[in-house]
Amino acid sequence: MLQRISTYLYLRPQLVLGLLLGPPLLYMLVVYLGSLFNLLVYSFYYLEEFTGLIVREFTLRTYAQIFEPANRDIFLRTAGMATAVTIVDALIAFPLAYYIAKFASARLKTWLIIAVTIPLWSSYLVRVYAWKLILAQEGILSWFINLLRLDGVLNWLLSIEAIGGSSLALSPIGLFIVFAYIWLPYMIIPIQTALERVPGSLVEAASDLGAKPLQTFRTVILPLAFPGVVAGSIFTFSLTLGDFIVPLSLGNSKFFIGQAVYSYQGTAGNIPLAAAMTMGPVLIMIVYLLIARRLGAFDAL
Amino acid sequence: MPSKSSSGPKASLGLKLAALGGLLFLHVPIWIIFLYTLTPDETTFTFPLPGFTLKWFGVAMQRADLWRALTLSLQVAAVATVAALILGTLAAAAVYRSRFFGREAISFLLVLPIALPGIVSGIALRTAIGGFDIPFSFWTIVIGHATFCVVVVYNNVLARFRRMQGSQIEASMDLGANAFQTFRYVVFPNVATALLAGGMLAFALSFDEVIVTTFTAGQQTTLPIWIFSQLTRPRDRPVTNVVAMFVMLITFIPIFLAQRLSAQSSDTEGETK
Amino acid sequence: MTDSSTPAIKFDQVSRHFGEVKAVDQADLEIRDGEFFSMLGPSGSGKTTCLRMIAGFDRPTYGQIYLYGQNVSDLPPYERNVNTVFQDYALFPHMNVGDNIAYGLMIKKVPKTERMRRVEEMLELVKLPGYAGRKPSQLSGGQRQRVALARALINHPRVLLLDEPLGALDLKLRQQMQVELKSIQQRVGITFIFVTHDQEEALTMSDRIALFNQGRIEQIGSPSEIYEHPASAFVAGFVGTSNLVRGEVAKRITGSEVTFSIRPEKIHLGSANELVLADSYVTDGNVRDVVYLGLYTRYLVELDGGGDLVVVEQNLKTTSMDVLKIKGQRVRLHWKKEHIREVGG
Repeated sequence: MLQRISTYLYLRPQLVLGLLLGPPLLYMLVVYLGSLFNLLVYSFYYLEEFTGLIVREFTLRTYAQIFEPANRDIFLRTAGMATAVTIVDALIAFPLAYYIAKFASARLKTWLIIAVTIPLWSSYLVRVYAWKLILAQEGILSWFINLLRLDGVLNWLLSIEAIGGSSLALSPIGLFIVFAYIWLPYMIIPIQTALERVPGSLVEAASDLGAKPLQTFRTVILPLAFPGVVAGSIFTFSLTLGDFIVPLSLGNSKFFIGQAVYSYQGTAGNIPLAAAMTMGPVLIMIVYLLIARRLGAFDAL
Repeated sequence: MPSKSSSGPKASLGLKLAALGGLLFLHVPIWIIFLYTLTPDETTFTFPLPGFTLKWFGVAMQRADLWRALTLSLQVAAVATVAALILGTLAAAAVYRSRFFGREAISFLLVLPIALPGIVSGIALRTAIGGFDIPFSFWTIVIGHATFCVVVVYNNVLARFRRMQGSQIEASMDLGANAFQTFRYVVFPNVATALLAGGMLAFALSFDEVIVTTFTAGQQTTLPIWIFSQLTRPRDRPVTNVVAMFVMLITFIPIFLAQRLSAQSSDTEGETK
Repeated sequence: MTDSSTPAIKFDQVSRHFGEVKAVDQADLEIRDGEFFSMLGPSGSGKTTCLRMIAGFDRPTYGQIYLYGQNVSDLPPYERNVNTVFQDYALFPHMNVGDNIAYGLMIKKVPKTERMRRVEEMLELVKLPGYAGRKPSQLSGGQRQRVALARALINHPRVLLLDEPLGALDLKLRQQMQVELKSIQQRVGITFIFVTHDQEEALTMSDRIALFNQGRIEQIGSPSEIYEHPASAFVAGFVGTSNLVRGEVAKRITGSEVTFSIRPEKIHLGSANELVLADSYVTDGNVRDVVYLGLYTRYLVELDGGGDLVVVEQNLKTTSMDVLKIKGQRVRLHWKKEHIREVGG
């Protein structure tokens, strides 16, 4: 009867632990970590060019391929984009986060926070799609630029080799705008949280000691909010590094890491190279997670 | 937490405008999709809209391929959610009850699928599945989705366990209830809303997911995959707008409800001892 | 099978180890049927661990526990006829008061009408008539405590365990509850085992007390036994204020170096050079500090020979003004020789 099972288990807490922890742990270890480890192993194999087959021998040859000019370009391009996105997102996010943390009344604050997180709850893919609409040549942004008589500026921008393209929707500039848009909430929230923790009394103390508002901002508020900026920037940086959907939808032929990986493992069948290239973002994220754990982010769960 | 009342310093006009600008930047693109579902234009995204029509909603409803994709998305999300509910609750119970070697590592392990870029998880799973010659199917999609859905349930349930008074379980046993009865009468009622919230979040997460899905699906098309294909090779622009709006709502509503649920129960928690 | 001489609870060399730490160390005790028994001691002394082992939430590492002659060491809590009132009350927030109280009956599948009747009975007993429909969140701390009590008692356990139940109440309420608990116990007639760190509480309510210190039981006895005849310096110091006099100072007063304790209220505060009878010990000193506490006054007297003694006297005729004037004055302290207690270490 159930009672007997209950007593049996009561006297054997280790068994209960095994029963509880077993299924989820096994699942994650086998399915997830197993696949990751498998991928790592593959990154040490290499693709035989002539046969198109993967040779299962330990070698660092594939990693060396990452440093070839073509791949190096990809890394640099992606890193550059990630940096630009991070900076711009920080600039846009800060005023909003600052306002929410310091100037909004309690009621307004709740609504504003909901307003900031709503985009996160809406589908990622759909939000990317929205920009396809907006950036289209005949679309709303073009119309707006026309209205402001800025088409000349736009064409000039598009003609610049590194960041231009045939149209907004198919250029790094467009990519840049979309990335900045998509990851913005991830930057706002940590900054806002960090600013919340700056006690109002510090600001008052600073002005009491004679600092003008701008000085107070520069010397007191900004340094204290900085960890929030760092937290947010890790999101924007690593998310941009790994993304392939946005470049695929809106970019041109110049690859980013995500796209490169996607194509290498797809038609090219070059799984070792794809695996090797993903290890970069993986490493960054794991380091970040470990730091976050040390700083206690997981305890709050 | 100091909150500025109306008697505190006011924000400068510049700050307010900058903040408002940021907020608009966040939201306007979403509204634009809603706007475009009404365009009669079949081939381009011309602005201003040449007119207004509701016909694309009707057209979308006729499309069999869309219904198939929708059904598949719903099925995958349902199964992945159930798996996540079971695995997540088991893990949360284990972590809450016992001290064991590697306890802190569990949270870390469970969060990895969400924390690592989707493409990493996707490729890893695809390589492994392909390597073992397992056919790509409905089940491979579900397996992929379950990995990142578990942590969502786990967090919700664990947080609720921690807010519960542990002595309630002892009290129940003290009064004559065995472990199963205690679960039924004391533990489950306390945790039910966390399960619901976690389940809804998991459902939304799975429904919307596209990156890992592209890698773990065979010929199957979920709704996000359909949209993705439209992004790269657009064929059905106006219908895509309708589908986009639909997906947005289906993802948004469960998450919103889950939020309200969690907020609600944390309010009432504060009243009991 | 059980007659009135079978102890309600018997501990046979019970120990509870957590790794290196001995939370309970070779505890032996017998609790009699129907008595109000307190387990007293500072935090971490092992008294709560013992209570949890009686309830079944913890299992002894060594030794056996007997409930009315039956070895219960391997029984889970739901199979012991023992109920607990928890320190944080542990009321189920999702049920109303009536369902909380009736929980044990519900598990035993007592029919609903019978349950409701007995719930009302219990509510009368704990002086909360008609509260069955309320929710725990609507109750005050004292009311929740009574509901917890009712929830435990309704199952007619043979032994009721109370884990520092009055700790969260303010002073007046606590004193009121002490009286009520005692009267309920006498009315219902079951064995109460009461854990507390408040020695005054234990002295007020108990038939017998077990004093715990660092996992070991230092002494078991009635309140007066423990107070008048402390078995060790620890007991003397923990229960009531006590003066411990050692070594040289002791020798000067009693003629021997054996450590003794003397209760502050047993010492007379006399004027300097007052005549003292031969049946008393005597020593002189200066009043260093005076604390007026309404009912009585506490004096700290610095002795000529070194050390100091705490003296407590009722303010029968003295006023606060009189009392404060004594500060700094020379006094002669004396007490009956039979009132000292010699203690080891």
